[in-house]
Amino acid sequence: MKELYTWSAIGAIVLASTTGDVLLSRAMKQVGDVHALRRRCGLLTVPARVLRNASFLLGLLAMATAFYSLLFALSWGDVSLVAPASASLTFVANAVAAKTFLHERVDRRRWMAALFVAAGVALLAA
Amino acid sequence: MTPRKYLVLLGIILFGVIGDSLLKQGMILVGSIPLRHLSGIFLVVLDPWIALGILFLLGFFAFYMTALSWADLTYVLPATSLGYVLLAFIAKFFLHEQVTLTRWLGILLIAAGVGFVTQGPALTKHPSAELPGERLVEEVVPTEAER
Repeated sequence: MKELYTWSAIGAIVLASTTGDVLLSRAMKQVGDVHALRRRCGLLTVPARVLRNASFLLGLLAMATAFYSLLFALSWGDVSLVAPASASLTFVANAVAAKTFLHERVDRRRWMAALFVAAGVALLAA
Repeated sequence: MTPRKYLVLLGIILFGVIGDSLLKQGMILVGSIPLRHLSGIFLVVLDPWIALGILFLLGFFAFYMTALSWADLTYVLPATSLGYVLLAFIAKFFLHEQVTLTRWLGILLIAAGVGFVTQGPALTKHPSAELPGERLVEEVVPTEAER
């Protein structure tokens, strides 16, 4: 039963984390390069623009969900399973979501990178 | 990619690794949270290790958001995965844990993945339209009259 809880929590981490990453990435592309923004408009403009962005706030909510799912998973399962399993699955889910929702150019190089890192993280737990 | 941008990626790695390690230590001390006492999950943030971990993860978040403002998600995530490698080295040289051959192979794969992604461009260029961020930056630039 505890194993089922652990894998459910891992599933929740992957889903919430991928949703959060995509929303935060979209928000920051809308805000623009923060170095350029700070140089042109001052330091306070950056947090003001970020905090007013709806995608950022939704992304934050998704990340908070992922964080609490991680705490649940860590309290039920071994950290050597939870951390690498959720991280490696999130890498692959993020590549799919970034291509689908953010229209990023995920070429062969980036697919290879996502798969190599996901496999590497999984091996670290073995 | 400028040296400053590489420093931002390094900040993501360092703050993420330290924050995660502190959270792990905190959750080991707190122990299992039973389903009957779900409110316990909100109270764990009062634990000093977890509170310090959250502070470091806030720093990680600031660096992460900065990187996402000038790079693709599919660039930032693999490029900063060297944190897992750093964790393995900390485990071997500071915690004196056994790092098996399988783990070294995992480290090799992560390093190869990072090598792949950092060879390419950091940001997808959309030729048909300017980036929304560029437009927004232009919008907030004060005009001569406003100055």
